[in-house]
Amino acid sequence: MLFGFPILSTLIWLPIIGGLLILFLGRDRDTFTKWFALSVSVVTFLVSIPLWTQFDTSTSAMQFVEQVSWVSQFNIQYYLGVDGLSMPLVLLTTFTQILVIASAWDVIKERVEQYMGAFMIMQGLMIGVFVALDGILFYVFWEALLIPMFIVIGKWGGQDRVYATIKFFLYTFFGSVFMLVAFLYMYFQSGSFSILDFHAMHLGSTAQILIFLAFLIAFAVKVPMFPVHTWLPDAHVQAPTAGSVVLAAIMLKMGGYGFVRFSLPITPDASMELDWLVIALSLIAIFYIGLVAMVQKDMKKLVAYSSISHMGFVTIGMFLVYDIVQNTGSIQGSMIGMEGAMIQMISHGFISGAMFLMIGVLYDRMHTREISAYGGVVNTMPWFGFFAVLFAMANAGLPGTSGFVGEFMVILASFKANVWYGIVAASTLIIGAAYTLWMVKRVFFGAVANDNVGSLKDLNKREFAIMATLAFAVVLLGIYPAPLIEVMHSSVANLLIQATTSKL
Amino acid sequence: MNFVIPSFIPAIPEIVLLTLTSLLLIADTIWSKRSEFATYYATQLILLVVGYLVLTSFSTSQILTFDGSFVRDAFGDVLKLVIVVVSMGIFLFSKEYLLQNKFYRGEYFTLGLFGVLGMFVMVSAYNLITMYLGLEIMSLALYAMVAMRKDNQHALEAAMKYFVLGALATGMLLYGFSMIYGATGSIQFDEMAQIIASGNVDNVVLSFGVVFIVIGLAFKLGAVPFHMWVPDVYHGAPTAVTLYIGTAPKIAAFAMLYRILVEGLPGLVEDWQSLIVMISVLSLIVGAVITLVQENLKRLLAYSGIGHIGFILLGIIAANPDGYSAAMFYTIVYSITALAGFGMIVALARTNNEFDLVADFKGMNKRNPWLALMMLFVMFSMAGIPPFVGFYAKVVVIEEVVQAGFTWLAVLAVFMAVISAFYYLRVVKVMYFDEPEDDTKIEPVSNQLNWAVSFVSIALLVLGLMPSSLITLCYNSL
Repeated sequence: MLFGFPILSTLIWLPIIGGLLILFLGRDRDTFTKWFALSVSVVTFLVSIPLWTQFDTSTSAMQFVEQVSWVSQFNIQYYLGVDGLSMPLVLLTTFTQILVIASAWDVIKERVEQYMGAFMIMQGLMIGVFVALDGILFYVFWEALLIPMFIVIGKWGGQDRVYATIKFFLYTFFGSVFMLVAFLYMYFQSGSFSILDFHAMHLGSTAQILIFLAFLIAFAVKVPMFPVHTWLPDAHVQAPTAGSVVLAAIMLKMGGYGFVRFSLPITPDASMELDWLVIALSLIAIFYIGLVAMVQKDMKKLVAYSSISHMGFVTIGMFLVYDIVQNTGSIQGSMIGMEGAMIQMISHGFISGAMFLMIGVLYDRMHTREISAYGGVVNTMPWFGFFAVLFAMANAGLPGTSGFVGEFMVILASFKANVWYGIVAASTLIIGAAYTLWMVKRVFFGAVANDNVGSLKDLNKREFAIMATLAFAVVLLGIYPAPLIEVMHSSVANLLIQATTSKL
Repeated sequence: MNFVIPSFIPAIPEIVLLTLTSLLLIADTIWSKRSEFATYYATQLILLVVGYLVLTSFSTSQILTFDGSFVRDAFGDVLKLVIVVVSMGIFLFSKEYLLQNKFYRGEYFTLGLFGVLGMFVMVSAYNLITMYLGLEIMSLALYAMVAMRKDNQHALEAAMKYFVLGALATGMLLYGFSMIYGATGSIQFDEMAQIIASGNVDNVVLSFGVVFIVIGLAFKLGAVPFHMWVPDVYHGAPTAVTLYIGTAPKIAAFAMLYRILVEGLPGLVEDWQSLIVMISVLSLIVGAVITLVQENLKRLLAYSGIGHIGFILLGIIAANPDGYSAAMFYTIVYSITALAGFGMIVALARTNNEFDLVADFKGMNKRNPWLALMMLFVMFSMAGIPPFVGFYAKVVVIEEVVQAGFTWLAVLAVFMAVISAFYYLRVVKVMYFDEPEDDTKIEPVSNQLNWAVSFVSIALLVLGLMPSSLITLCYNSL
């Protein structure tokens, strides 16, 4: 840590305090509000860089730790720290935030200060989720996040925004309360809410199964997994562009993060017992939801379903470990699945963010997301067409883009575990390519469909910068993922040991 | 039999409160002609004095006086301080409302003070008779307050309902008291406990007594299935009175529950525990489900209050000191939250518009974004969403329930919390997502109220970020 500077607290509180300030100072001062929000997010990103540069990749222990007693009566602590699993997600959050703020620049005209404030507060809370090492603290961030998102979707969203936002809130709230009961039970057993103590504690097999199921409900709703995914298409379609980006790029990752931070290390025996359940649901997500995506008429819905399908790779990659260990007898073999899942999370953060921003660009110009309203966009927007095809390829998992790395690793791991898993998982290479490319073909290629499309203007500088940044990230991660893998390596290895060590 | 003069010192706050209130009753008749707010300021001053007296004589050990019928302990003193603070808030909120609706009278304040006296006596009662006395002082003041608006049919109907059902509840309670007395031969809580523990009592009579007492308590708390009066009275009463009924008396009722069941009848824990489990489960369900369809905000808060009572009872079910502390914390948090919620309605009410419909809050974010944000705090705190203090209230109670081995109850409770989140969300939805019917800015009746509403609502957030001291206070007082 740099001179004992509390980097993690700064990352949490800087945006939150900035967001509160802007709520009160920014009334009717839109330009000031935007620049303020942008500068806070840039500063936050700069503060987060030392997490990467000063990160010790040789250990799986928590780093940049801050620990203060918070509610002494219940031994609740303000306990923060990052390891290889959470650090990349924190950086993903701070990076995405800049794009989110920039994407709303000319688009949001109503109550700009509330919009920016909500997103800034959300950023702080999301970072809090990833760095909290105390169960209650984690839960506080996790739940508090619902409030600004609820407002954002409900206020700046599309036609059915109210239905979508209430559905979003209740689904997630329903999922997480059971997690809270599980935390309280574990506190009762261990006398502490520290997540690391949870990792170390012993639990009986019934208790493990119940806790595992409580976690599964909480995280499955967030990821989201089949069959509790139905809130996502609604929320995505109705949310404003930036809301979709935050949802897809970061909030969904909280579910995946929950599995590696809680389910696997805390309830390893139950995870082993019930891994078939997660794998089955993931395969359904990959295959069935992929097919559902193919028939969508609304671009945002299509990308939303494709998100669910891609997140299936995350969950399956995490839970393949038991089958692989059984088949090969070594933990080493299962590294590839877990690391693939983690990379898929980061990569999906970039790609889904890019896809939603792309749709946002079109929507801002045409105010429709119907695929049939478009055609031949590339003729009027050549630069945009270039980026769109690149991101679409990444979404389809083309080698050389980040989408390939994670999916490929997980598919390899699936074959190691069970040939049939591998075959179903690999089907995404076809299905994903089909729905993505088909959409691109219908929207971008062919003759100019109508006058509206004919009069479209290409990307402006702001949009170009956003797209170029994301394209850079997607390609970089696609051709050189080694640094990311290196950062995660020790933590993933440690996680696999925890996940395969019985706690009975 | 030798007569010993009891020590009056432990009861000084009550004695001072009674004396000053009686003086105020006389002074009000003189003042009211000349100065409008004299009675109001005197009321606040009296409460300050009483609060100060409680604080300076704060008792960490148990002191009994008046032949063991009156008790001072940390539990009681903490609750009394909360009652004082909440009452001061109530009177602050009510003043303008009463003026606006043209029934500003000194009686509101003097009756309110007598109510506070009743609550104090309930909190400190250590035998059945004193408890009854305190309960009646409080209840009579409340009946009269509900009926204060003589020209309003709804208020009169509510008063009638409240009075009849309240009397019925008191009857039940007294019947139970008499059975307990008949079985144990004592009305003193600690003696009752000892005699029951010794085992030389008729269990049938005792069990019946417990049932009647629990029914009476459930009536007073407004727990299901004895909750029917709650929505009607909350709805019908003038909002300033609803504000009073919905906040401070809950604390006193909780104290009564604790004193009678835990201090008086600990030996019968198995009897009353199962009853409370049923009442609590029903309250949680009714509080979550029936509230869904309420269009009137006062009614909505009344039904949701029933759900909150269910949570308070959960802490009692744990039947150990930590559980009671959790319930106490919940009660305190709830009374503050309810103060903010009803306070908001009171602050916005106008002569021609009670502002008590959910629809009245339409587009609040456009009409007054600050107040909309404050109301959002209140709603999310009630729903138990962090970082507001309502979250911790639910956490500590559920934690104690889990520890006591009732995990299924905990799961049920959180499930009901999810359902109830819907109607709190609906209020937020109406404020933030709906278009206002008219765009005019809406302000609280006075600047003072603006500050008061903001202060209480922000307190919910601050207490939520730093809940440690209040939790510790509750845990150390039992």
